[in-house]
Amino acid sequence: MSLARRWPLPLALLLTAIACKDQGAQGPAAAAGGAVIGAALSLTGPAASYGAQQRAGIQAAVDELNQGGGVKLSVLIEDDASTKEQGITVFQKFINRDKVSAIIGPTLSNTASAADPLAQQAKVPVLGISNTAATGITDIGNYIWRDSLTEAQVIPGAFKKAKEKLQFKTAGVLYGNDDVFTKAGYDVMQKALSDQGVKVVGTQTFAKPDRDYNAQLTALIAAKPDVLVVSALADNAASIVAQARQRGWTGPVLGGNGFNSPAFIKNAGAAAEDVMVGTSWNSLSQDPANQKFLAAMKKAGVNPDQFSAQAYTGVIILTEAIRQSGGKTGREDIEAGLGKVKDLETPLGKFSFTPARDAQHEPSVQQVKDGKFQIVQ
Amino acid sequence: MGQQVLNGVFVGSIYALFAVGYTLVFGVLDILNLAHAAVFTLAAFIALALVDARLPLWLALPLAVAAAGLIGIVLERLAFRPLRGRADSNISGLISSLAMATVFEAIALQIFGPDISRFPQGTFPDRVIRIGGASASLLQLCIVATSVVLMAVLTLLLARTRLGRQIRAVAESPRAARILGVDVDRAIAMAFFLSSALGGAAGVLFGLAFNSISPDVGRSVELKGLAVIILGGMGSVPGAVVAGFALGLIEVFTVAHLGSSFRDAVSFAVLFLVLIARPHGLFGRAAAREA
Repeated sequence: MSLARRWPLPLALLLTAIACKDQGAQGPAAAAGGAVIGAALSLTGPAASYGAQQRAGIQAAVDELNQGGGVKLSVLIEDDASTKEQGITVFQKFINRDKVSAIIGPTLSNTASAADPLAQQAKVPVLGISNTAATGITDIGNYIWRDSLTEAQVIPGAFKKAKEKLQFKTAGVLYGNDDVFTKAGYDVMQKALSDQGVKVVGTQTFAKPDRDYNAQLTALIAAKPDVLVVSALADNAASIVAQARQRGWTGPVLGGNGFNSPAFIKNAGAAAEDVMVGTSWNSLSQDPANQKFLAAMKKAGVNPDQFSAQAYTGVIILTEAIRQSGGKTGREDIEAGLGKVKDLETPLGKFSFTPARDAQHEPSVQQVKDGKFQIVQ
Repeated sequence: MGQQVLNGVFVGSIYALFAVGYTLVFGVLDILNLAHAAVFTLAAFIALALVDARLPLWLALPLAVAAAGLIGIVLERLAFRPLRGRADSNISGLISSLAMATVFEAIALQIFGPDISRFPQGTFPDRVIRIGGASASLLQLCIVATSVVLMAVLTLLLARTRLGRQIRAVAESPRAARILGVDVDRAIAMAFFLSSALGGAAGVLFGLAFNSISPDVGRSVELKGLAVIILGGMGSVPGAVVAGFALGLIEVFTVAHLGSSFRDAVSFAVLFLVLIARPHGLFGRAAAREA
């Protein structure tokens, strides 16, 4: 019976062991010939809904490319499991074992902040296709690029447009404080709100594994804001919006980039209606590059979204970089080629890099109507 | 205020239900069953699979709970019985239950995949009920009611039935119980059945309440459940009930008044202070009786 007195230490060790339990990796999927590119995508874990879209976008672009003449690519896709640890493992494999020419990904800014320094050190160019944290990504070094607009580029414009439409004066804010991306989104939102003269009447936080947001939402709703502002990944976002509606919230909800996924609408159901969010991809764009992308996704049977558009664009940009360097596929060649990409026609619009290697193109705003994202004109 | 009390009672009822089963096994065997959270997860998935197979919820819930109970019997047979009677069975049982937890989690991962699964829309009527200034969904009220009923049934079962007396006798002293003619192995197996069935019920209700089930969903109650049974007094069923509701309310009011970043800090600080004042928890038995 003395266990009750003796158990705390072994128990603490065991609980640590539980917390550290690992998840398995997934095998590569490749196309044949040409330069070898590694793609680290979150195919499992909290960001899996984005990873699946990104894989579809990359595969569609690679298939198109390899059917045509000119530059050929093969892409190795590995699962970063939405974690820093697995992201680092995948990057090491790409850099040392597969000897890839360049890396696409990883899906989350959180993972990128940990894995990208390895590539910078090994001088392997990395093209982020969904990292939107304003800082801590491309400032890792000169080999880190991205085609995804940062929250700081998308949110201020989106909030300005939303304010014109909805005329709100006060806001309640809920954000995930254990993730680089959702925290960075919050920082940008807070600044955008204060720039617009909107008063924040309450701020609450949650963590990624949380399932119950009732306490936070009740406290926020009690402060009677005009609008609810949420920075969360799609899985959390769906539960948050659903629980907010259950708690009687009928006002508008403004989301961060994490909401930009068909998975959000599917999981939140009717609660998603009227949610407004900034986006880097205008689904209604009539540009030939976008129409070609939409046709490719239709052929693949995938519902296109911002993440698949950015992933597809990533492959186009790397191809252009190889073309710019005269068809050479070494790491330094691609790095030099990326520097020459300018006004490239992509599904995202005319694409260029900023001097800081961030993306530069026009953002849009979209709103959920009848269970679908519709661009707000 | 009223709304936050409701929120606290709601989440507290799930903590309490989870912890009651957890503490029951500890009370009988003096072993922490670390696979309890994995049973919680599996039961949620079983209920989901049954609902996906177009079974009505009122049938899927008891079936999943019964399945969780059977998993508990398997667990006892594989992880605990072979070790029983060994000098170090307390620690080795703890470790083998952790191994079973890993196995259960891996099974869930294989069958249901790593992504978040959800009950289909409309599994439960989506109705909101107003109580004073607060609102609760019909689902939340049913969850609280189900938890309370299950906990009451367990208390009655332990206090009034022959099986309950046998389980309590084994908890007191397995050797004395055996001399008095109690089938100790059977009583322990039944304790595991009850414990896992309740843990499974908590899993199904949790899955329904927040409608997002993944193979690691048990993690969100694992440490909370442990805190609850320590707070309530290891092995004390009424203690686990009181501590479960208390932890739910503490969490909710911490979020409301201090901010959500402090939630776990305050919960565990309370646990710490209670243990300083009452080392055996709120309802813990004194050590004097220990053999």
